[in-house]
Amino acid sequence: MSVVEGTTSSPPPAWRTADAWQRLFRERPIVPLLVLLGALVVLYQVVQPGTISPNWVGSIIRNAVPLAILAACQTLTMLTGGIDLSVGAVASMAAYVMATLVPSQGPVIAIVVALAACGLAGLANGIGVGIFRVHPLIMTLAMSLVVLGLMTVYQLIMVAAGSRVPPEIRTLGGGTSFGFVPHNLLLFVPLAVGIMWALRRTGFGRLLYAVGDNERAARLSGVRVWQVLVALYVVSGLLAGVAGLVYVGITNVATVTLVDKYVLTAVAAAVIGGTSIFGGRGGYAGTIVGAIILSLLTNLLTVLQMPEAARQVVFGAIILAVAAAYTRITSEA
Amino acid sequence: MSVATATSDRAPISATVLRVLRRNAWLLGLVVLLAAMLLLTRIIQPTYGAAGIDSLARAALPIAFAAVAQAVVVIAGGIDLSVGSMMALTNVAAASMMHRQGEEFGVVAVVLTLILGIALGITNGVLVVVTRVPDIVVTLALSFVWAGAALLVLNTPGGGAAQWLKDLPVGGVFTEWVPSAMVLLLVCVGAVWLPLRRRRSGLALYAVGSDRLAAFRSGVPIARTKVLSYALCGLFSAMGGLALSAATGIGTPTPGPYTLLSVAAIVLGGVSLAGGRGGLLGCIIAVLILRLVRTDLTFLGVDPNYATVIEGLIMVAVVMVGAVVALRRKPA
Amino acid sequence: MTTPAPTDLLLDATGVAKRYGAVAALRAASLQVRRGEVHALLGANGAGKSTLVKILTGAVHPDAGTILVAGQPRDIHSPAAARRSGLVPVYQEPALIPDLDVLDNLRLTGTPVEPVRHWVAELGLGRIDMRTMARDLPLASQRVLDLARALAVEPEVLLLDEMTAALPADLTERVLDVVGRQRETGRSVIFISHRFIEINALCDRATVLRDGETVGVVDMAPGAEQRIVQLMLGAAGAERAAAAAVATDATRRAATVHATDATSRLRVRGLRAGTRLHDVSFELHPGEVLGLVALEGQGQDELFGVLSGSRRADEGELHVDGRPVRFGHPADAIREGLVYVPANRVEALLMQRSVRENIALPFSARLRAWGPIRTRVEASQVSGAIDRLQIDTRAQSEVRRLSGGNQQKVTIARWVAQGVRTMLCFDPTRGIDIRTKREIYALLRELAANGAAVLLYTSELEEVRLACDRAVIIFNGRVVEEMEAAVADEPNLLRAAYGLPPGEALPEEAVATAVEAIP
Repeated sequence: MSVVEGTTSSPPPAWRTADAWQRLFRERPIVPLLVLLGALVVLYQVVQPGTISPNWVGSIIRNAVPLAILAACQTLTMLTGGIDLSVGAVASMAAYVMATLVPSQGPVIAIVVALAACGLAGLANGIGVGIFRVHPLIMTLAMSLVVLGLMTVYQLIMVAAGSRVPPEIRTLGGGTSFGFVPHNLLLFVPLAVGIMWALRRTGFGRLLYAVGDNERAARLSGVRVWQVLVALYVVSGLLAGVAGLVYVGITNVATVTLVDKYVLTAVAAAVIGGTSIFGGRGGYAGTIVGAIILSLLTNLLTVLQMPEAARQVVFGAIILAVAAAYTRITSEA
Repeated sequence: MSVATATSDRAPISATVLRVLRRNAWLLGLVVLLAAMLLLTRIIQPTYGAAGIDSLARAALPIAFAAVAQAVVVIAGGIDLSVGSMMALTNVAAASMMHRQGEEFGVVAVVLTLILGIALGITNGVLVVVTRVPDIVVTLALSFVWAGAALLVLNTPGGGAAQWLKDLPVGGVFTEWVPSAMVLLLVCVGAVWLPLRRRRSGLALYAVGSDRLAAFRSGVPIARTKVLSYALCGLFSAMGGLALSAATGIGTPTPGPYTLLSVAAIVLGGVSLAGGRGGLLGCIIAVLILRLVRTDLTFLGVDPNYATVIEGLIMVAVVMVGAVVALRRKPA
Repeated sequence: MTTPAPTDLLLDATGVAKRYGAVAALRAASLQVRRGEVHALLGANGAGKSTLVKILTGAVHPDAGTILVAGQPRDIHSPAAARRSGLVPVYQEPALIPDLDVLDNLRLTGTPVEPVRHWVAELGLGRIDMRTMARDLPLASQRVLDLARALAVEPEVLLLDEMTAALPADLTERVLDVVGRQRETGRSVIFISHRFIEINALCDRATVLRDGETVGVVDMAPGAEQRIVQLMLGAAGAERAAAAAVATDATRRAATVHATDATSRLRVRGLRAGTRLHDVSFELHPGEVLGLVALEGQGQDELFGVLSGSRRADEGELHVDGRPVRFGHPADAIREGLVYVPANRVEALLMQRSVRENIALPFSARLRAWGPIRTRVEASQVSGAIDRLQIDTRAQSEVRRLSGGNQQKVTIARWVAQGVRTMLCFDPTRGIDIRTKREIYALLRELAANGAAVLLYTSELEEVRLACDRAVIIFNGRVVEEMEAAVADEPNLLRAAYGLPPGEALPEEAVATAVEAIP
């Protein structure tokens, strides 16, 4: 319904037009995000001169890593137009199951069992969403109730067994080398590269975008959508499990609600990172920056000794502002 | 070619009755289910009676307001993840206003709290409309803001509530078998909803949720209707916050699980998450059913933690059944 | 064109312009509608028709231009404001709220009930139960009801946007009749349609848009169509279209030889599905384009659903290359080489994704293709398909920014990229401009010439002669006739499509209008 202009008359240099900026932001949302991140660092330097150090960077990143993994679950599911609200309960389950099994079974078996449980929860989500077509919001919300309930019962059974976070997990999740290189990067860098590569260069990644953009079109092109969704939610469950293990490595104490409070933050990280909650658009690089921004922000507000209340208000306002700016920049007129 | 004959003359009475039944099939099913559940409860626990129903109604009151608040927004095609936070904020606002104040001032405080709720809702709605950010994201962000604001008002649980407010949902009306909490709920919801339902603005809520483009083309003011739905949500959330005040006598600044419970209840209550379908009565009955499940499990001596599991399973089962019914109804 | 006195003009829009970013949808559009006339608004896809409609109905604000209604300047800032100004639109998609019953729908727009009943009867729908949910009404009834609702408020200017598209013929007649009679009461109608038959029969004048500008106003008199087509295409466009037509003829002659000595690619026996497809059998050979002709709702949707694997047959057999097959999912059909091009591009495209991802979508569909993508192979296949279909890739990063014709080419390119064995096209040229239509005919001929089999359902009868070798006509869920393209002229096809035996007379209006259709 439209005529593309600029074919007859010579257009002004692309970089000078507002449209070119818009296109840059639409196709590379990471650029303005990095600008925002830079601005936050500058702000930090202004309000707390001298805080910025390798140490400080290390701690920001160390805390951003599990959030970024948790936000990967949201990014991937949001690309298909879904969401995974069960990641909090599932990640907590991984941490708790692992910690309670370590005394009797040793760390390896404990980790395997914990991740298998996460994969099962993901499979149940995937079957609900992909085969029985339950709305992802409902399905994963319900799954989080189921998992939380089961874990509470499990907690009562295992109360005598005691729990322990093995040193390997503590080192990997919360440790640092040279005082500033967080060990969890060892885990995260390959994971993140893998996710970004998979989204861009594998058939499965393409299908996530396709299903989220237009499920019917995907079906007509021969895609069995249920396969994609089941696989996706299993992956999401496993990622949540990994995130839970990293979290417990940082906190060193496993509880059945350990990760609950990060679920909405993870959604926020994906949203800030430019992934559309309606599916079909977005990527993981933006999510990582989003997670770092949120981690930095939490840190900044803590350093400023803002009360928890003000912190939440600022947090919410920033999520909304970024989402609004993003919508404004990328929307079609 | 067969299309021209597809619409019939005015239907006979029996068909009208059938249609009313069919259109409210979900609601009827819920009523039957609730009755069956009550009967079951009575069988499990022969002493279950007026007192049980009274405590059921009182426990359900805040959740029911949350569900009604959520339902209005979802019917209009949105979703509000800040219901729980708004309840917490209005709850502490009311508690701090009523703290060590006279009974008469309580009335003023209640009115101010309801106005606060409407203002919060309007803020939600205006931001959804102006920023064009998806509802779920806006209300998620604002849930942080409202929760933070609640902590600013009261840092720890405290404050007070007027005695008459605390007494309001206690006991029965005329007979102990009609719990005042239930009457209060129906009166509050009915007073807001019934005058609206058949008006153009009420129809507009359904229209916007059902088919935005068609509503726009029919001349429905989309933005205003959206804001209206959120304003109503805020109002009902404030009622929920006051219900918490009445139940606890204080204000608690941390949001309870009401957002998630409200979503669960409206799904069971027959409101389509896609918008445009469902009513408020179904949601209220759904809340009662969900509460009764917990009660029954307690009576049965089941670990109450399993109740969470079962609530989750009920949610999934209900949505699956709903999906199957919807598929059946679709013309081949 | 004479300029009438200002008071004669019920609607006078001049210098209307609208830009979307770098894209100028409208540059200088004008539209003058006199009191008591039916005025056609015409233009190829991308000419700016729909933008002008959106501006007139208050859905979009113009950047420049004035709109006078009955001589008064009006600021039409919302659909409600447009209604208040006396401008009421009816769209192809009914603006009824599916989850409200008919009465509530009327209440929502403040429409009085009795006039609606009157117009519903007038439009030949009988009485409507006001308590029926709008979603439970058949689509055609919804459209008619929507029109009745518009007529009931007695609009000064009624705007019909493709309202008759895909409406059953008998209802279309009533609609055109009622709309035409609006003249008698001094009201006006703006009529938008791709069907020249209807425009000829109904309209007094026509305004033609091209590239966002009004390029002419034509009095509808014998011979007007030629002038309109010239205006719509512009000088350059007309030449290209003619060239494409010649190419089509040439490739067909080459292909017919191919077709005769081949066995059937697809054999359909006694197919029954749903309530409308009763018993359909035909054969499709490699190297031919088989036309499928049917009036609306004769079972063709079900037939294509079964063939493309989207729905199951209740009875009957499918044979591909002589082997019996059964499809439970589109993937099954695709594995057997049956690929499907739907009429509605929205069904087939990933609107936010790139041209490349759209074309490459089927490559990744199968479970074993979920792994790494062979980038170079994909790039060469995709660019090959883009070249072959001459897709305009200036806006390729998001398919939704392509024109309708280019979007449809992308849905076809998706299958062409991997080589086509059997292509099922369901009205692929619906709602796209003449030039792209011709290119698609040429492509289908070329595919057939290379040994593919093509099944082409079309709602535009002239396409049978333009693109097909022979045609199968379905009526009431059954094949009623088969004819060679050479004899498949429009009167003949229309007769068969109405289920009438050869030699029998046709409904009069149908003949009168059909023979006037432009080639």
